[in-house]
Amino acid sequence: MTTVATVRDTEMIDDQVAVRHRSVTPSLLYGALVLCALLTMLPFVWVISGSLRSLDEIRSDPGAWLPHHITLDNFTRLFATEGFGGFMANSIVVAIIVVAGNIVAASAAGYALAKLDFAGKRLAFGAVMAAMMVPFTAVFVTQFVITVDLGLADTLTGIALPGVAMPMSVFIMRQYAMSIPGDLLEAARIDGAGEFRIFFRIFLPLAGPAVATITIMSFLTSWNNFIWPLIVAQSMSSYTLPVGLAATSQAASHVTDYGLQLAGAIVVMLPVLVLFLFLQRYFVQGIAGTGMR
Amino acid sequence: MTTTVVPRAARTARRSRGSRRTAVAWLFLAPFALVFLLYTAIPTVAALGFSLTDLRGTDLRNPFAVDFTGLENYLRLFQDEIFLRDILNTALFVAVGVPLTMGIGFALALVLNAGIRRLRGMFRVVFFAPVVTNVVAVALIWQYAFNANGTVNKVLGTVGFAGPNWLDDPNLAMPVVILLGVWRNFGTAMVLFLAGLQAIPEDVYEAASIDGAGRWRQLRHITLPLLLPTTLMVSVLLTVFYLQVFDEPYLLTNGGPLGSTESVALYTYHQFGSGEFGMSSAASFVMLVLVMLVSIVQFRLLRPRA
Repeated sequence: MTTVATVRDTEMIDDQVAVRHRSVTPSLLYGALVLCALLTMLPFVWVISGSLRSLDEIRSDPGAWLPHHITLDNFTRLFATEGFGGFMANSIVVAIIVVAGNIVAASAAGYALAKLDFAGKRLAFGAVMAAMMVPFTAVFVTQFVITVDLGLADTLTGIALPGVAMPMSVFIMRQYAMSIPGDLLEAARIDGAGEFRIFFRIFLPLAGPAVATITIMSFLTSWNNFIWPLIVAQSMSSYTLPVGLAATSQAASHVTDYGLQLAGAIVVMLPVLVLFLFLQRYFVQGIAGTGMR
Repeated sequence: MTTTVVPRAARTARRSRGSRRTAVAWLFLAPFALVFLLYTAIPTVAALGFSLTDLRGTDLRNPFAVDFTGLENYLRLFQDEIFLRDILNTALFVAVGVPLTMGIGFALALVLNAGIRRLRGMFRVVFFAPVVTNVVAVALIWQYAFNANGTVNKVLGTVGFAGPNWLDDPNLAMPVVILLGVWRNFGTAMVLFLAGLQAIPEDVYEAASIDGAGRWRQLRHITLPLLLPTTLMVSVLLTVFYLQVFDEPYLLTNGGPLGSTESVALYTYHQFGSGEFGMSSAASFVMLVLVMLVSIVQFRLLRPRA
């Protein structure tokens, strides 16, 4: 948790470039880095080149590096596949519930934990910290039973609800709220503004960067989440994209349609990768700031 | 504790103001607290309770059919060869995955920090991209690439090796599964190490080089000791993460071939899948205890010697 203060803005990493090891041969370092970068990118190259090959081409030569004839056939087949549009819509709905819930729950809780004095504050913050350490696999059985009891099994609400209160979001919000000067809020308090007014009129407008961070982090978590939707979704109508993709690929494993699978993989990965390219600073900041994934 | 005498009326006014403040604060906390209670606090306590019963999936409609069985589930677990094998598999995952992930992350952070100015942003994007990609999607790519006729074997073929059927070989499946885990996580380690390196004040190095310390000595006597808190955090984080490994083995092999990649988390899931909720909860509690033990031991071992 010590990194929180140091990585307020990860651009620091860019700007304070060390002059310390000037003597290291730069070309050697660049060479090593480029090699590592290429190795890291290999799976992405595989998925793009594979998805652009026709079914016949994949069958005759499954492992080829590059397509002979580039075709979008796999993507057209994918979107024509039964249920696929539904998986996507489900993923989007779940992500919207999770992100909206995180913004509401975490900004309010983070504000209270940082800026309000009240009985039980230490206990509440301790609970948030402890919650980050409970392994999901230790509680999913009971979470499932509760979801069934609430009548939310096999519903999108049931899939989204546990993700609405991410302790990590509360933690990020609290850290951010701590950095906002108390005088500002105190002045408003003296002028007679109530806590809710202060929260909406003063705190939230200032909390933009933190809200952006938790929006991205919770979207990422929700979009990529796999085990929980796998457990809760019992019929195809409530599958999210990852569950739907895994199910289709396992059902068809005896006649593996790699073209379809790789096209599906791209469709699942693309929204997050595009978002990441534009907002990578926030992603990195969120992860470096909390030490959580 | 104030010792000045406060008139009774003012005292009660203050107290009621205090309780009003508390009420308002808890209103702010309410949305989070409700979901937290429902999905973290209650399930954790209930999981311990479940683990002491013979609860089965079919009992959910009829709670009175459930018997309290005490520690029986735990005794059965530790006589179950499959569970013991899965603990070994998980330990292997941790023992290989954690050092590899940390080593790669640390090396890249050092290099990026050591004066790579141009393209730094690009490298960071590239190395971090695996962290944000969807594991289901990546597992499909891995299956495609490590298939008997897949791209990896194609590459091996060009240099004259006949590649094996990786994911169907009990000896080779685990390395491939671990490789996926390492690929997905070294970016996180790198970012955390970069942050840690940036926190070391520049003048420490300047003083050392004035005293004639070379780069190697600086690394050994400045960077590594000052990076200890970061190293501790990253190692605990990764150990706890790999202890719970589920997605990678589930998607690549579903624990096979012959159970060679089945982790404790996957055991928990398989027990759950066959309706043995009591056994599943017991196994998950063993994991919870392991996670806690590892954190405590690592904090003890790596506590900075001041």
